[in-house]
Amino acid sequence: MNEYLDLGLITSFVPAASSFAGDIDFLFDLITIIVGFWFVITLATLFYFMIRFRRREGVKALYISGEKHSEKVWTHYPHYGVIAFDVFLIGFVIVVWVNVKQTLPANEDTIRAIGQQWSWSFVHTGADGKLDTEDDVNTVNDLHVIKDNTYHFELQSRDVLHNFAIPAFRLRQDTIPGRTIRGWFKPTISGTFDLQCAEICGRGHSMMFAAITVHPDRKSYDETMDAIRAGTYESHFEKKRQLGPVPLPFTVSKSETDSPYAIELAQSF
Amino acid sequence: MGQQAEAILHETEAHDAHHEMSFWDKYIFSVDHKIIGFQYMFTGLIMAAIGGYFAYAFRMQLAWPGEEVPFYGLVDAAKYNMLVTNHGTIMIFWVAMPVLIAAFGNWLIPLMIGCDDMVFPRLNRLSYQIFLVSALVLILSFFVTGGGFGGAWTSYPPLSAVAAYNLTNWGASLWLLAVFLEIVAFLLGGINFVTTTMNARAPGMGMMDIPIVVWMINIAVILFMASVGPLVAGAVMLFFDQRLGTSFFIPSGGGDPLLWEHLFWFFGHPEVYVVLLPTMGIVAEIITVFSRKKLFGYRTILYTAFGTGGLSFIVWAHHQFVAGIDPRMANVFVVTTILISIPIAEMLFSFIATLYGGSIEFSTPMLWALGFLVSFLIGGVTGIYLGASALDVYFHDSYFVIAHFHYTFFPITIIGMFAAITYWFPKMFGRMMDETLNKIHFWGTFIPFNGLFLPLFLVGMAGQHRRIADFTQYPDLASPDLQSIRIFATVSLVILLLFQFVFIYNFFNSMFKGKKAPLNPWKANTLEWTVSSPPPHGNFAELPTIYRGPYEYSVPGREEDYWPQHLAPNQ
Amino acid sequence: MSLQGPIATHRMRTGIPTGRLAVWWVLASEIFIFGGLIMCFLLFKFNNAPGFEDADMTSTAAGAFNTFVLLTSSLSIVLAHAAAEKGDIQASFRYIWFTIGGGLVFLLVKTYEYSSKIYGGITLTENVFWSFYFTATGLHALHVIGGMVIMGMISFDVRKNHNLQRVELIGLYWHFVDIVWIFLFPILYIANF
Repeated sequence: MNEYLDLGLITSFVPAASSFAGDIDFLFDLITIIVGFWFVITLATLFYFMIRFRRREGVKALYISGEKHSEKVWTHYPHYGVIAFDVFLIGFVIVVWVNVKQTLPANEDTIRAIGQQWSWSFVHTGADGKLDTEDDVNTVNDLHVIKDNTYHFELQSRDVLHNFAIPAFRLRQDTIPGRTIRGWFKPTISGTFDLQCAEICGRGHSMMFAAITVHPDRKSYDETMDAIRAGTYESHFEKKRQLGPVPLPFTVSKSETDSPYAIELAQSF
Repeated sequence: MGQQAEAILHETEAHDAHHEMSFWDKYIFSVDHKIIGFQYMFTGLIMAAIGGYFAYAFRMQLAWPGEEVPFYGLVDAAKYNMLVTNHGTIMIFWVAMPVLIAAFGNWLIPLMIGCDDMVFPRLNRLSYQIFLVSALVLILSFFVTGGGFGGAWTSYPPLSAVAAYNLTNWGASLWLLAVFLEIVAFLLGGINFVTTTMNARAPGMGMMDIPIVVWMINIAVILFMASVGPLVAGAVMLFFDQRLGTSFFIPSGGGDPLLWEHLFWFFGHPEVYVVLLPTMGIVAEIITVFSRKKLFGYRTILYTAFGTGGLSFIVWAHHQFVAGIDPRMANVFVVTTILISIPIAEMLFSFIATLYGGSIEFSTPMLWALGFLVSFLIGGVTGIYLGASALDVYFHDSYFVIAHFHYTFFPITIIGMFAAITYWFPKMFGRMMDETLNKIHFWGTFIPFNGLFLPLFLVGMAGQHRRIADFTQYPDLASPDLQSIRIFATVSLVILLLFQFVFIYNFFNSMFKGKKAPLNPWKANTLEWTVSSPPPHGNFAELPTIYRGPYEYSVPGREEDYWPQHLAPNQ
Repeated sequence: MSLQGPIATHRMRTGIPTGRLAVWWVLASEIFIFGGLIMCFLLFKFNNAPGFEDADMTSTAAGAFNTFVLLTSSLSIVLAHAAAEKGDIQASFRYIWFTIGGGLVFLLVKTYEYSSKIYGGITLTENVFWSFYFTATGLHALHVIGGMVIMGMISFDVRKNHNLQRVELIGLYWHFVDIVWIFLFPILYIANF
């Protein structure tokens, strides 16, 4: 939907790397305009009254009860305006929500994410495209997908509540022990992005860093899967640990929509 | 009844004069609503210092990860979780509720409705005693083996239910026990507020003559009572899971973690209005007095308060949009959540309309009240982003949520508290606060508050998630730009905390050495301003009769621009 | 002092005595607590949580007998109130103690039920049904005990002709305790509904 409106507010921080990220960013921009309008008017009125009606020698205040109809309209009309904007907004919200959470479009592949204290296990389907078969590839904290392919995900947890979160996709979903929760995403930009656990899960919650790598094509993905099976793949985490925690050897400026770190890694595939 | 009551009151006073009360009876085991109000207030302020100290420690860790925090020490991952959990828990249960509802409710209600105490003074004392025990139990939880509970103030199971998961075996149970006791204390306290307001009003005070702050506190107390029941049941269930091995919330034993979430948030959402409404009431009292204007639309404000309260019971699952609930159910809650902004907007518009045509004096209480309106407006509008379920898919458990609820809770709790204290201080202690220091404190709090939380919207937009001790480990969040924002926020917090010393000094210095306060320094209409400062035991030498509403300011044809409620029509 | 408590306690702007308003408030909050607990039970049951077929292992006879006992004791507290209204403090005192006796019988039956289950190897950790059974009836039993204690205290006041209005108030509380049981009995003792 962000062909109608794109203020680029969220993308100034995080690339919109999934098919529905643009819709969600659109909602942010739309709400910003709507609430921004009300916010500015209300604040302007407040400040105007504060200045215009400050105490002055010899000027007495008015006596207004606010119970008369002619007085009430001054709060009622803005009130109806707020309602109208709210209803307008709700329509868009529901449309996007239905697409993101209530549908499961036809998929090219499936992945399973299992959260536990304190890491993520990911199961990739392998060549046969089916989970729970011999050729599944299991990784820890390192999820691989292919650009422009629609994925279904199955979320599970071994112990407590976790949350499968990929900011670049604008995706979050709690995982619940004892249940499998399904959803979908379709990556649209290649690169490596943070994958977070966004539900407090104990002492190691801060240390559940994981990453999702979006490969530009099938070839790059297959090479990685082969390398993982052979044990020769150097995961994103190995690389990150070599870089050391702080300070990081790069800078990111807000105007860039792709983090250079992601571009650097993508170019190495 | 009036004459007989007066005679009895004089008899009581004479009786008291002969019966020298010991220090213990007068201040520690008092049944006087004013002393009990102070007990709640001082306990709440001490807990606020602890809660603020915890925020200082974890924000210092976020700005300079891995460094020892001055006056605290090293904040490791376990401590971090304990700090954020107890910061939230303390601020809501041991600061907002006791100061706004219990302290000011207790202190103000009997005075404002013209009677001599709450209807059940000994029950009132008991509720404070249970509350004090709850605070001590919480503090105890920090010192047991394993440390304080670290599963967030929301305490979701199975993390909170199983010691092997949370690694704070007794910390978790003591935390839960403390919350349970606090709830019991407030349920008991609530009995007094509602029955006193309903039954003990002075003759002539109709329902629409009750000062709006008294209404608001009562509605808050009713909301609390109606919403907390299921959580009490849930707390018992969680406690049994923790200590007795039941599995109400543990899937491996047949239980359901989502059930806790529903029980918690069914309370948790009305709870925010439980604390909001009293502050709205306090702000209403202040803006009418300092603009010399009648409250705009008393009935409208009252009905929207009831409306907000009622609606607050059907929005709770907006906290659970991505929790694993049926996504179709989410749509219902989007509608109710976005619609609840409407009565609140109406209330805010009414407050702003009250200023129209006024004669506004920018005293410190008025600055706090106006500061509340500005900040709460930001908090309120940012709630729309989160009520939009599809957008919450991105923002759930991110810093955008933190910034939103601090732009609501901080104005409610901290700004509301300072507004009320600076306004009623002269009556409570018989002396005036130093106005210059008050103003310095106001600006030194208000500006850093915005410096602290406004940038957190930005890091939230960057996808930064909550309850993380060190963001430099996440490549997408580790940029120097984002880290600079975190440092800026932390520095703002430190400045904010430092300015609180100005208030502490002013508060205690004025209490003992401030200029003696006149009876009614703000020329207000409500009854508390008619008694001496501080009010005596029994409040009124002569119990008043009421002739008008509380907001008759600038009545045309009247020389004085105020008309106290108790003055006869010809006075 | 000839007046107990502040003047505020004796005002009655709504026309409803303050004590009665207070008790209704307490009952309302308790309704939300027990209501919440019962709703959780029903949610588990109607989502087919395992273990809820065990409801046929609770003794329907014991439960039914206890229902009868509580209903009868609710009647006796009403009679106690009626006697207090008439000023017949001796009769009121006797009826209150009959009610307390009813509570005691109730607790004895519950003790028998609990011990037979526990000695039979079923405790509250057995499954979610039994967790609810022991929690709900246990909380209820605590409220029965609390009610009995307060009734005892009121009865001694009544015998001295003090605070007769409190008989009605504890009666209201006792009816509430009775009604909670009326809800607990079918859901915990009757398996298929």
